[in-house]
Amino acid sequence: MLEGLLDRYLNRASFVHDLDPRVKVVNAFLFILSVVLLPDGAWIAYFLGWCAILAVALLARVGAGFVLRGSLVAFPFALVAITLVFTLPGRPLLTLQLGTWELSASDAGLVRFTSILARSWLSVQAAILLTATTRSPDLLHALRHLRVPGLLVTILSFMIRYLYVLVDETTRLLRARQARSAWSAQGKGGGSLFWRARVAGNMTGQLFLRSLERSDRIYNAMLARGFRSQFVTINPHMMRRRDWVAGGLGICVLLLLQFVAHFVS
Amino acid sequence: MDTAMLSHIWKEVTTARMHIPDGFLSLPVALAFWVISAGLLAIAARRTQQQLGERQIPLMGVMAAFIFAAQMINFPVAGGTSGHLLGGVLAAIMLGPWAGMLVMACVIIVQGLLFQDGGLLVMGANIFNMGLLTAALGSLYHGLAGRQSKGVRLVVAGVLAWLSVIAGALFTALQLGFSGTSPFAIVVPAMLGVHVLIGIGEGLITMAALAFVMQVRPDLVSVEAVRAGGGRSWVVAGLLIALVVAVLSPIASADPDGLERVAIDMGFEEIAAAPPYEVLPDYVVPLLGETPVSTIAAGVLGVLVVAAVAIIVGRLLRQRAAIT
Repeated sequence: MLEGLLDRYLNRASFVHDLDPRVKVVNAFLFILSVVLLPDGAWIAYFLGWCAILAVALLARVGAGFVLRGSLVAFPFALVAITLVFTLPGRPLLTLQLGTWELSASDAGLVRFTSILARSWLSVQAAILLTATTRSPDLLHALRHLRVPGLLVTILSFMIRYLYVLVDETTRLLRARQARSAWSAQGKGGGSLFWRARVAGNMTGQLFLRSLERSDRIYNAMLARGFRSQFVTINPHMMRRRDWVAGGLGICVLLLLQFVAHFVS
Repeated sequence: MDTAMLSHIWKEVTTARMHIPDGFLSLPVALAFWVISAGLLAIAARRTQQQLGERQIPLMGVMAAFIFAAQMINFPVAGGTSGHLLGGVLAAIMLGPWAGMLVMACVIIVQGLLFQDGGLLVMGANIFNMGLLTAALGSLYHGLAGRQSKGVRLVVAGVLAWLSVIAGALFTALQLGFSGTSPFAIVVPAMLGVHVLIGIGEGLITMAALAFVMQVRPDLVSVEAVRAGGGRSWVVAGLLIALVVAVLSPIASADPDGLERVAIDMGFEEIAAAPPYEVLPDYVVPLLGETPVSTIAAGVLGVLVVAAVAIIVGRLLRQRAAIT
């Protein structure tokens, strides 16, 4: 159950891990922005974008397999775009006969569909690289530097701190429910739909009350330690020369992608 | 493709998780919703900071973690599908509209930033669809059901939760349509059809969770607590409904409205004086050209301007009332 929920940060010592988090956040965001701006069917640019991803993955000692496995999460969503293959006008490639209903796939539709998929796949990999090389407190600190409202960042840091605590708590609730729910050989059981929904609702209510009480204890503990509505970090977060160079290099790659997409081929 | 992947796809399709990944929305749509979400979040942050003390900071962080964790609680419905919670309506009922919006936005930010559940560039759209819209619908609860009997309050909460899933799905479908990722004629009915059913699970869990809290800690959801938390709910909901109408506006007919039609038929159109100044001629934002996005942007700008004027007039009236 927790498989997909484990922390995606990979603890390695590398040039990319060592960069200022601001540079990584801005570059990841600009990379996605630039990929989304690539026109349909710019295959060379897509390929170069993938090369850039691979280069960063190698430099960060993250491994191409890790990025590739993680990037499959976006694919179920491709279902919403697949209809384009059959609806965009263009040269018909293949015709399916479904009873009286005729579906014909067009070349224009296929190009648009695969382009959307390629752009989405590249973007997801950039986001994975960002998470894999940046600890979440540093990520949040970068957001604060980048003028995200302080209240929001503070709530986010509390949320991440207690995320795994509450996920563990939920896992225990789910395991307890499973332990109490014997499965009869006839395949019948589990009560009515409303009964099952009520059990899930009671669990949710239970979790809510426990969370509420926990937040009270947290606040008292914070007061006891002298909290003054400010968080401090021991990481200095200074932009060094290598951060500027890495950021500038990243932007040059993005400009190259746009140039290739619009003027080559 | 192995069975694990197939079952993963099936699970994604049959649950209310509609996190849009990057690449599925066009740049104008993604940026427009970043602007809307960022604006609403800025208002929410200011309001919450005014209303709540520093005690609420850990509370809201833990509540965001709670919503994230509660989304894992599921129950079998039928045919391998399962119902589970999105949580926007529940958050707004328990915490009030603005705090509920902030909490829901944090859930979606963490899902996108840490778990790649939803993209970064399209995060504004995801925050709007699953966070702000659902919390705004949930905040209607305080106005509609604040003083009613327990049964009525539960039913209102359930219906709002069901509607919130449908509204989120509708907006997801419209964004995909405007981006050219999927034709309107297919994606809108498909998303609505699936989520009208999925929303039932959301409604049932929300009702049951609320009933549980009413029974165990009635002080948390009493009429007094509701009055303290609500109040502005109508403003929030009204603003959001106006925004919804603005975004839907390009779907409306491009034909002239009734009065214009009559004017043309009767031949007195030329007599009509041109307005002294036109900020957005024919509801088109100059920089964006004559596209649906431009019409939406014009509509949204209009809504915001009207809201600003209304707030200023309200302030002035209140000041005058305070003086006399």
